[in-house]
Amino acid sequence: MSALLELAGVRYRYPGATRDAVAGVSLSVAARQFHAVLGPNGSGKTTLVRIALGALSPLEGRAVIDGQPAAGWARRALARIVGVVPQREDNLFPQRVRETVLLGRYAHLSLWGRERPEDHAAVDRALAACDIAQLGDRWVWSLSGGEYQRVRVARALAQEPRLLVLDEPGMSLDLKHEMGLFELVRALVDSQGLAVLMITHDLNLAARFADSLLLLNDGRPVASGPPAGVLTQEIVETVFSWPVAMQTIDGRPQMVPLRQPKESPV
Amino acid sequence: MKWALLAVATIGALVASVALGPAAVPLGDLFRSDIVWNLRAPRALLAFLVGGSLGVAGASLQALVRNPLADPFLLGLSGGAGLGAVLAIALHISGPWALPIAAFVGALAALGLVYRMGLIGGAALDPRILLLGGVAVGAFAAAITTAIVSLADAAELRNAFLWLWGGLSGASWDSVLLVALYAPIPLIVLFAASRPLDLLALGEEPAGYLGADVAGVKRRVYLAASLLTAAAVAVSGVIGFVGLVVPHIARLAWGHHHRALLPAAFLGGGALLAIADTVARTVVAPRELPVGVVTALIGVPVFTLLLRRWTVP
Repeated sequence: MSALLELAGVRYRYPGATRDAVAGVSLSVAARQFHAVLGPNGSGKTTLVRIALGALSPLEGRAVIDGQPAAGWARRALARIVGVVPQREDNLFPQRVRETVLLGRYAHLSLWGRERPEDHAAVDRALAACDIAQLGDRWVWSLSGGEYQRVRVARALAQEPRLLVLDEPGMSLDLKHEMGLFELVRALVDSQGLAVLMITHDLNLAARFADSLLLLNDGRPVASGPPAGVLTQEIVETVFSWPVAMQTIDGRPQMVPLRQPKESPV
Repeated sequence: MKWALLAVATIGALVASVALGPAAVPLGDLFRSDIVWNLRAPRALLAFLVGGSLGVAGASLQALVRNPLADPFLLGLSGGAGLGAVLAIALHISGPWALPIAAFVGALAALGLVYRMGLIGGAALDPRILLLGGVAVGAFAAAITTAIVSLADAAELRNAFLWLWGGLSGASWDSVLLVALYAPIPLIVLFAASRPLDLLALGEEPAGYLGADVAGVKRRVYLAASLLTAAAVAVSGVIGFVGLVVPHIARLAWGHHHRALLPAAFLGGGALLAIADTVARTVVAPRELPVGVVTALIGVPVFTLLLRRWTVP
């Protein structure tokens, strides 16, 4: 199966920086696959995704989306293939849920044209897929954090993308909503054949839901592949500099951080 | 319904500004009167075009700099235009178009300076630097303007001062024609940017991921809105608060989608300035108030109310 997103040995250094933000990273994401990128703070996760989305051009290596260099895509054309749920966004003006999801149709609309029936149908499908059809008339500011994340996923789905990219979507969600979000993403991969690339801090949820993990440290790939091979005690302790114990649930590795003995403070 | 109301208000404002004035013209003679045909009609139309332009420029700049309290004159244009005009007055450059051309050139110089400052952060125009640069360039131009005015003699000073507060008394069919030919170009550019402006409200990064060419949109909107404002300031001086208050009132009725908001801001701004100008030339007839005084007297209380709405959820 040909990959939708292909990174081959990419390296990037921000202008003026003394060291590479990422180097030697390869990644291949195809349809029906859920990839998670993990790593400590500042390990280059967000930089990697910016390279993957063509926002930054790699100094070495290649970033290819659907056969074309990522940085060469026009934003409009790219938005029809890749939907992104960024970490942050603003709400400058009050909006209703339906309106904000309809913004996902921008890349499909002509310059002067109005929204067509198929645009509204795509919004309906996106709302239904995220199980928030009943929220359509609510004001965005009145939503809970978990509902709002689902609205943002629905807006990306309204783009009718083949690849969905999520940057820390579970941050500041409680247990129920975080699990619900991961279940939703997994269901989209399985039922709609989406390719998913997710940045996350949560090793355990990534191991439970993703098909493949990429663990970064200091911009370098430490391990990649199925969760069982990536989240081993040795690798996790080395990368995160903290003692952990590993367990297995549903055949997936799960990490439990240990208390540090008093006589050896960090 | 609200469009019908706006249309009625617009037509009403235009009719009122043609029918009312210090000289009593019987309603029956309205279309035969020289005063109406050569003075009031071009003046009403110019007020409408300038007000509409300021409304659209304000609405799009508020979306661009992502600050609902932005005004088209906040970006330094008024300072540049004022400096240009006062320089022309001080240097005794005369001729029917001397003042507008000097003001336009001054506004363009300020625009260029602020635009260049906006690029300091990189190729992508940084709206925060645009705002700060606009305030800085405006303050610098105002300082030079004040220095020149303080050295000028009393009559010149009065002229310059009145010009700075805006006025449409220079209106003629020529100036109407000029604005009517010039304004549609930036207006079309801004109307065409309606949807990307909606996206920009989410932030630049999210807007890009939804398919907007963010850098291009920012450049087009900044230049088009500034060129529109520069033309307005050239023919009518600095008329404040139209570009600030009208977009907010329009947002209350039409929401924040720029496809509806921009046309509404155009008609609303046009109607408001036509009425304000009618007030400016009738309340103290036969003398005239600068129309900027009237718009500020109407605008500041409205603005204060809006500010309350904005900060008290």
